[in-house]
Amino acid sequence: MTVNDKYLLKLYITGHTPRSERAIKNLRRLCEQELDGRYEMRVIDILEQPQLAEDEKILATPTLIKMLPPPLRRIIGDLSDTEKVLVGLDLLPVELKLQ
Amino acid sequence: MSNENSKIPVEKLGTGIEGFDLISQGGLPKGRTTLITGTAGSAKTVFAAQFLAEGIRKSNEPGVFVTFEEHPSEIRKNLLSMNWHIQEWEEQNLWRFVDASPQPGHETIESGEFDLGALLARIEYAVRSIGAQRISIDSLGAVFTLFNNATLVRAELRRLSAALKGMGITALMTAERTQEFGEIARFGVEEFVADNVIILRNVLEAEKRRRTIEILKFRGTTHQKGEYPFTVLPDQGIIIIPLSAIELKQRSSDMRVPSGSPEMDRMCGGGFFRDSLILVSGATGCGKTLMTAEFIHGGAKKGEKCLLFAYEESREQLLRNANGWGIDFEALERNNQLRMVCAYPESAGLEDHLIAIKREIDSFKPDRVAVDSVSAMERVGTNRGFREFMISLASFVKHREIPGMFTATTATLMGGPSVTESHFSSITDTIILLRYVEMLGEMRRGVTVLKMRGSMHEKDIREFTIDHQGMHIGKPFRNIVGILTGKPEYLNMESMDRISGMFQD
Repeated sequence: MTVNDKYLLKLYITGHTPRSERAIKNLRRLCEQELDGRYEMRVIDILEQPQLAEDEKILATPTLIKMLPPPLRRIIGDLSDTEKVLVGLDLLPVELKLQ
Repeated sequence: MSNENSKIPVEKLGTGIEGFDLISQGGLPKGRTTLITGTAGSAKTVFAAQFLAEGIRKSNEPGVFVTFEEHPSEIRKNLLSMNWHIQEWEEQNLWRFVDASPQPGHETIESGEFDLGALLARIEYAVRSIGAQRISIDSLGAVFTLFNNATLVRAELRRLSAALKGMGITALMTAERTQEFGEIARFGVEEFVADNVIILRNVLEAEKRRRTIEILKFRGTTHQKGEYPFTVLPDQGIIIIPLSAIELKQRSSDMRVPSGSPEMDRMCGGGFFRDSLILVSGATGCGKTLMTAEFIHGGAKKGEKCLLFAYEESREQLLRNANGWGIDFEALERNNQLRMVCAYPESAGLEDHLIAIKREIDSFKPDRVAVDSVSAMERVGTNRGFREFMISLASFVKHREIPGMFTATTATLMGGPSVTESHFSSITDTIILLRYVEMLGEMRRGVTVLKMRGSMHEKDIREFTIDHQGMHIGKPFRNIVGILTGKPEYLNMESMDRISGMFQD
C-alpha cells in the first residue's frame, strides 16, 4: 500500500438515529486522524434510497464499505471499536493485527 | 401494536397449495405471521416458494421472497422444474427477491452496536414497490449464523415480525429443527413468531420416507388436527393428502349397474349400486383379474368408460388374458371406452400413486374404475401409510359417484384375511370372496357375496368355472362346510339333515 492510495468509503445508515450519528462521527474522526485528506466519504440513508441497499445486499446498519483501495471490506456497527475499524481499513501494521 | 378489530374473527388467506386449504380450513391466517419448521430436507423452502407461486398463479397476488440461505439464481433455477417461471414474474412485478444470502467475499467485521434496520427497510421497500400481499422468509435460523449476537438477532426478528403485522401482509417464515420430534425450532424462534406454527416432518419409517404436515397451532382460529401425509411432485410441488379431513358427504344412489356377469347380478340382488365400492378378495389365480375384466366388459357393453389400474400385470399380459376370456381390451381402448394404467407398485411412493390415480380419474372421467390389485400396494408403504392410501382412494372414488372395484390378494391359498381387507372392509359397500375349494382331490372355485350394503343378496357359496367365454357361476356347494376358513369338509346327507333340523322351529 502506498501513502497516496485514495480511500472511497460508503457509510449506509437507516435514518438519522443516535447510532447513525455516532457512526458518522466516529468515521469522520478516524479518517481525519489517519487519512488526512486522502479519502472521500459518502453517507447513504437507506430509508431514502432503499434500492442502493438492495444493490449492495446490506442487512445491518450502520454498514461501512471500503470501496477503494481493494480489497473490498465491510464493517458493521457504530464504529466505536476503533481498532477493528483500523483493521478493516487496512490501516494497522500487520504485526499489530496479529496481537 | 396490533390494530386489528377484536370483533372481527381471524380471516384466512387461501394458499392455493393442494390440500392445505382443506386441512387449515381456509388457508393461512390473513395478515399474520406463520412459522413453518422442519428438519433439513423437509421441503420448507418449496412450501415457502409455493405459497407465493400459487398466489400469483391462482389469484394474481404479488409476493416477496426473502432468502437468507440460497442465492436467488439458485431458487429460480430449482423452481423452474416445477414450471414456476420466477424470472417472468419478476419482470411482471409479481415476484420480488430480497437477497440476504451469504455473498462470497463479503467478509464482515463487527465494530460496535448495529441493528438490522437495512434489512427491514429493504423488505418494506420490496413489499411496497409491488404491492405484495404475501411474503416468505427463508430461513430464520440462517439469520443467526450471520451474526455473532443471538440476542440482537432475536430482538430484530421480533421487530421484523411487528413490522410485517403493521403492513398487514400474510407472512410465512421457515425455521430449522434438529429432530423430527422435540423442540419446535432452533434458537427458540417460535417464541416471537408464535401465533401460528406448522411442522413438516420427513420420517424414515421401515426404510421408507414418509412426509407429513401438521398444523400445531393457529391462534384464534380453527384447523384440522394431526399429521397429514404429503408429497412433493417434481412438476407440481407440494400436494397434501387430506385424509380424515375428507367429509363423508357423498350421496347414495339406488341405481344399479351391471357387474358384467348376469349370475353375479342375481347374487347381488340386481347388480352393484352405482356409487358403491366393491372389494373382491381371493388367493392368487382364483379369478380376481377375471372379475375386473368382466366388470369392465359389463360397463363397456352399456357404453360406459372404464379406467383400469393394473399393479400386477403388464399391458400385454392383460390383453392376452382378456382375449383368453373372450374380451377384446384393445378394441375397447380404440373406442376410448377403456384406459389401462399399468405401473409397478415400487415405482413410486404411496402418496405419488394416489395422486397419479386421482389425476387419471380427473382427466379420463371414467364411469367405472377398477384397481387390480390394491394389495400389491401393501409392499410399498408402511402399514399406516397403506391404510391412509386405502381410505383416501376409497373416498376419492366415492365422491365421483362411480362404482369402483378393488381386488385384494389373500396371503394364504385357501383364504383367510388379508391386511387389505382389514383396512378396507368397513368402507366398502360390497365384499365378494373368491375361494379355492378342494373337493375329492380337485381344486374348484367358489364365490360368495359376503356383504352388500343396502340390498338383499344371496348367502350361498356358489361354484364357478372359467373358460374362453369368461366366468360362469353355477350351483351352490351344498354339502361342504368350512370353505371360508380354508378347511373345507364334506358332510354326508345324514349330518346335513341333522344340522338343518337344528334350526327349524
